Amino acid sequence: MDYKLFLPEIYLLLTALVFFCQSLWKSSARLNQEIALILSGIGIIITFYSINLSGEIFYRSYRIDLFSQVFKCLISLGLFLVIMLGRKLKSIEDKYQPEFFMFLSISSLGLMMMVSSVELLTLFIAMELSSYSLYILIPIRKEINVGKMEAAIKYILFGAAATGIMLFGMSYIFGMTQSTYLADILKKMPELLSQPVAVIGLFFIMCGFFFKLAVVPFHFWTPDVYEGAANITVSFIATMPKLAAVALLLRFAGLAGAGAADLIQVLVLLAAVSMTFGNLAALVQKDLKRLLAYSSIAHAGYVMLGALTMNTIGFAAAVYHITGYLLMNLACFLVLCSVSRDGENVSVSDLSGLYRRSPLLALTLAVGAFALAGIPPTAGFTGKFFLFTAALSRGHLALVIIAAVNTAVSIFYYLNIVRFAYGKDPGELPEVPLSFSNRLLNYGLITAIILMGALPTLFIELAKTACETIIT
Amino acid sequence: MDFLIPNQLNYPILSTLIFLPLTGAFVLFLIRDETAAKIWTLVVSLVVFALSLPLYFNFDPATYKYQFAEHSPWIPAFNINYTLGIDGISLFLVLLSTLLIPICILASWKYIEKRVKEFLFCLLLMETACVGVFSALDFVLFYIFWEAMLVPMYLLIAVWGGPEKVYASFKFFLYTMAGSVFLMVAMIALYLTAGTFSIPELMTHTYSFKFQFWIFLAFGIAFAIKVPMAPFHTWLPAAHVEAPTAGSVLLASILLKMGTYGFVRFCLPITPQASVYFAPYVLFMSIISIIYGGYVALGQTDMKRLIAYSSVAHMGFVTLGTFLFNKHGLEGAVIQMINHGITTGALFLCVGIIYERSHSRLIKDNSGISKIMPVYIGFFGFFCLSSMAFPGTNSFVGELLVLIGAFTDNRLIGALSIPGVVLAAAYMLRLLQKIAWGGKGNSHLSDMNLREIVYLAPLAVFVLWIGFAPAPFLDMIHATVNHLVEQVQAADAVALVR
Repeated sequence: MDYKLFLPEIYLLLTALVFFCQSLWKSSARLNQEIALILSGIGIIITFYSINLSGEIFYRSYRIDLFSQVFKCLISLGLFLVIMLGRKLKSIEDKYQPEFFMFLSISSLGLMMMVSSVELLTLFIAMELSSYSLYILIPIRKEINVGKMEAAIKYILFGAAATGIMLFGMSYIFGMTQSTYLADILKKMPELLSQPVAVIGLFFIMCGFFFKLAVVPFHFWTPDVYEGAANITVSFIATMPKLAAVALLLRFAGLAGAGAADLIQVLVLLAAVSMTFGNLAALVQKDLKRLLAYSSIAHAGYVMLGALTMNTIGFAAAVYHITGYLLMNLACFLVLCSVSRDGENVSVSDLSGLYRRSPLLALTLAVGAFALAGIPPTAGFTGKFFLFTAALSRGHLALVIIAAVNTAVSIFYYLNIVRFAYGKDPGELPEVPLSFSNRLLNYGLITAIILMGALPTLFIELAKTACETIIT
Repeated sequence: MDFLIPNQLNYPILSTLIFLPLTGAFVLFLIRDETAAKIWTLVVSLVVFALSLPLYFNFDPATYKYQFAEHSPWIPAFNINYTLGIDGISLFLVLLSTLLIPICILASWKYIEKRVKEFLFCLLLMETACVGVFSALDFVLFYIFWEAMLVPMYLLIAVWGGPEKVYASFKFFLYTMAGSVFLMVAMIALYLTAGTFSIPELMTHTYSFKFQFWIFLAFGIAFAIKVPMAPFHTWLPAAHVEAPTAGSVLLASILLKMGTYGFVRFCLPITPQASVYFAPYVLFMSIISIIYGGYVALGQTDMKRLIAYSSVAHMGFVTLGTFLFNKHGLEGAVIQMINHGITTGALFLCVGIIYERSHSRLIKDNSGISKIMPVYIGFFGFFCLSSMAFPGTNSFVGELLVLIGAFTDNRLIGALSIPGVVLAAAYMLRLLQKIAWGGKGNSHLSDMNLREIVYLAPLAVFVLWIGFAPAPFLDMIHATVNHLVEQVQAADAVALVR
């Protein structure tokens, strides 16, 4: 076996081990934070180094191709950003910090394994590895009266239910094809698609990813988990599992191909309901994290536009949009984590007069919110534009019009955040001091969001090449 | 690509005009001193204006094709290109934008006291977006500039605006954005039908009437909100009243033009049959805008609000001229876009000048100042005359052409728009009468200073120039307008044959 192929995963495992050792004795919190930052920084280099590798290991159940490597790069990048933006770990007690980083690494490891799995059981194990770490991470929080236990239990219960449905779907597919290997399933899929059981099987498997992605009707956990978990944990949950979920959703959509008309119908329905519900519910939210939760439900709907096209350009658009979403969502969470002084939840009115309290943060928030709303020249606009084009080219006119109306609706609450930051008086609210690394991260995210939006060619071509490998 | 005439100059002039202000805006972050920042911004905008003049002198008025063109691939996966070029219609809109930005900076020299650098940053971003909108020949590029402009404009109102700024900026943003999302869907639908985002190529394609019908509706909503045509105008008075002077000027002089420019650039040539089909409705809405805007302006007590409603009426003339589909009407519409930009912009600047002194925009607080501020009243009266289309001023030329077009097309339309001209005289004279001679007057006000004269004088020159000798301006538009009329009539003829 070529260990080089498995290098990013091995590296994350080692990172987790380092923090396991750190958790055995009393270690300084600051040291742990620095270690985490450095290790995740090196992780990015290692993953990017392995981006062009390809091959199959573990008896063909684990495939390394451009598609998986692109997602692994995004995951390692996301992990680094999450660790960096929550650097002081205000809401995690010092003694739990090594464990916190350990489970963060293990969860990322699970996500990386997910995107490379091409065998149903491997996929299941990878997914559980990532989920179980999250089950533990959610209740790790200093504050007491914030419903963290409710959040954790909701996440476990809904997660377990979704996993159950997914396993059920896997059993159907296995029953029909006598194989758990995607490559074998792929060969038999075209003739099976006329049978309802295959469509149901595939759809049930997708339900597992819908749960991660918070697509209606698997979204119930989202607002409560966002509200209950620590800010930094949420910035992880809000972005990283979604990356992997989109990757897997695309893999399985590619498995079905354009012949699966019934499946596409269901996806269209879910996309429309998801974005409409998410945007309407977000309109009335007062807590910033709950607002972002509903916005994430809406964005899951937008991403589905790409998945249901069943062609390369649509898939590439979905990959592009979820990458842009990672950046713009993290920009919002960066502001949220900085404004929250002791790790408490932040309401929209806490942002009042942010442009006087910290002009840079206000700018980051504006760029992030405008990007989420889809205003050019940000990545959010370009992503939406690609998704709309891809979906419309497959004749989903009604769905695209619903998405466009939704975009108009969503402006209201995104603009509302900006309105608080720029239009209101700060009153008694204190200034927000920023450290050097925090400033750097602000500038980095703003630049990345705008550059990615204005010059998308490089990434969209990469995504196209990557998606060609998973299309039937 | 035979619609594009490669750049006659040896440097990419349009890209320079777009990206120089942007670069200048980022340099602002390096400047600490506020006065230095103001001077820097002024210099940048003056350089941009100077650089834009070769557009006029090298413009070839004999052709309708797009000149100074630049073309390079941008996003090949979706066949999106970075294409720029201008024709007779966009030439003056680009020049108007580059002229007004330095004027806006001068006008805000004292007025803006907080967050000066951010204010100047927004102004320069606006310049980038304005020049970009009027010179983009790729639909996606156009859309990006069109939307991107909302953000600095929103901030100009929301941060430096008046007491109701939050409400006004919110309404402005929501309204315009709601219109534009349909523009985006229409744009994608056009791409999927014609296989290109290039605006000149989209014009050559023929679409079924049903397709044109829906595309026109999507375009129409976006542009009608931007113009704004009654009944989509309600965001305008709020935004105008609350915006700082520079914001009002940019809003009136450039942003509103984007709506009418959209009609001329997209609706007429891309969906000609639908344009003919919808023309009666648009003409009806235009006449309603003219009369309603004028009538409401008559009853205003706030100077800015009065001018805002007069804008609705004036823009009604532009849409009226556009949808007559004859040469006079369209030429009148194009020249009227420029005129409105100059005159209404100047009027907002005048209101800004008096507001800086009396801190009130109400007519009754500023009345009777003819003896106290004689120079001011001179300028103000002059621009008021221009706004009511007094012969010898620029608006007279524009409105006359539109009315000639209206009477050639249909006497009823001409007759219905005449009351608008009378109303304009009524509300403008009322305003002028009250401000100049309407009371005792506040003797503490000081007259205009040199800076204020310097930025109003160029606009006054243009008022007279277009008013007495419109030929240098009209000559540039002839070829483009003739071609546009031919495009619409050809498509109309095809429809009749069928």
